[in-house]
Amino acid sequence: MADVLMVGALLLTAATGTVTVLTREPRAQLMVLSSFGLVMSLAFLTLQAPDVALSQLAVGSIVVPLMTLLALRVIERHSRESPTKRGKP
Amino acid sequence: MKRLRWLVCWFGICTFGILLIFAIPGLPPVGDVSHPYRDLAVRAAVEHATANTVASVNFDTRAFDTLGEEAIFFTAVLGAIALLRPARHEKDRRLPHSGRVLASTRLAGYVFLGITTVVGWDVVAHGHLTPGGGFQGGIVAGSGLHLAYVAGNYSVLQRIRPLRLLEIGEAAGVVGFIGIGLAGLVCAGSFLTNFVPMGILGGFLSGGTVALLNAVVGLEVGCGVVMLLSRFLEQDLVMT
Repeated sequence: MADVLMVGALLLTAATGTVTVLTREPRAQLMVLSSFGLVMSLAFLTLQAPDVALSQLAVGSIVVPLMTLLALRVIERHSRESPTKRGKP
Repeated sequence: MKRLRWLVCWFGICTFGILLIFAIPGLPPVGDVSHPYRDLAVRAAVEHATANTVASVNFDTRAFDTLGEEAIFFTAVLGAIALLRPARHEKDRRLPHSGRVLASTRLAGYVFLGITTVVGWDVVAHGHLTPGGGFQGGIVAGSGLHLAYVAGNYSVLQRIRPLRLLEIGEAAGVVGFIGIGLAGLVCAGSFLTNFVPMGILGGFLSGGTVALLNAVVGLEVGCGVVMLLSRFLEQDLVMT
């Protein structure tokens, strides 16, 4: 039973990881990245590492996607604004 | 240039792959009963009345490594804050117009704000007993605070997030870690040694310095995460 869960979690990790790499649109990729983080933490759980699973859950599926999403928004706004306006004191 | 990058990339992948293929046969089989490191780690944890062996390894046997990791986290947050500080022409702020939030989202946000905060600090407080600890609990509590932004608006978040205090809290966490280490040096003769009375295995007051170090790490990480996200949020709100 434990082996089945472990193999299942590892296969899911490989699948979501591949989908994350193949998704090219940044916002969509963020959502996939977030679920990849969740699946990774499940994988750690099946490998009997609850400490690592907790860290992965908090960092990989909350903090990193949130930070990246905010960074994306800033970049998008900067490129929307006219380039002449930028860099002025 | 692009070709060179691919060359470097494939060189790394191939070298790593070949080394991995040679290394895997040397690993002990899955489910093997012989685990010398586990036996030593569990014995060391029981001797110091720390129920969570992982915490015992991180904060007792290898506390010095963890100090390095805390320093990395502290420096990383500091670096990000320095890079993301508002530039001179970014003085004007616009308050985000609080878009339409569904009543159910609002309710769930505020309910879970309380729950995540309690769970976060519970994970910190029981780091020496159950899975988790200062880092995990600090992240949960720190990022959970931002549910106030999801459920309400930015000014609610600003009110429950005293940045000045958090700044002090983050620094106090690092200073506390070093202070506990130095106290060990003074009281027991070596840096970061577990010198506090150990208590009974499994009791809330047990594990000696493991519990104390978890608390200061929780303080540092919890404050650090909020500071870090605050700068990212601020960047999104400034007018250029």
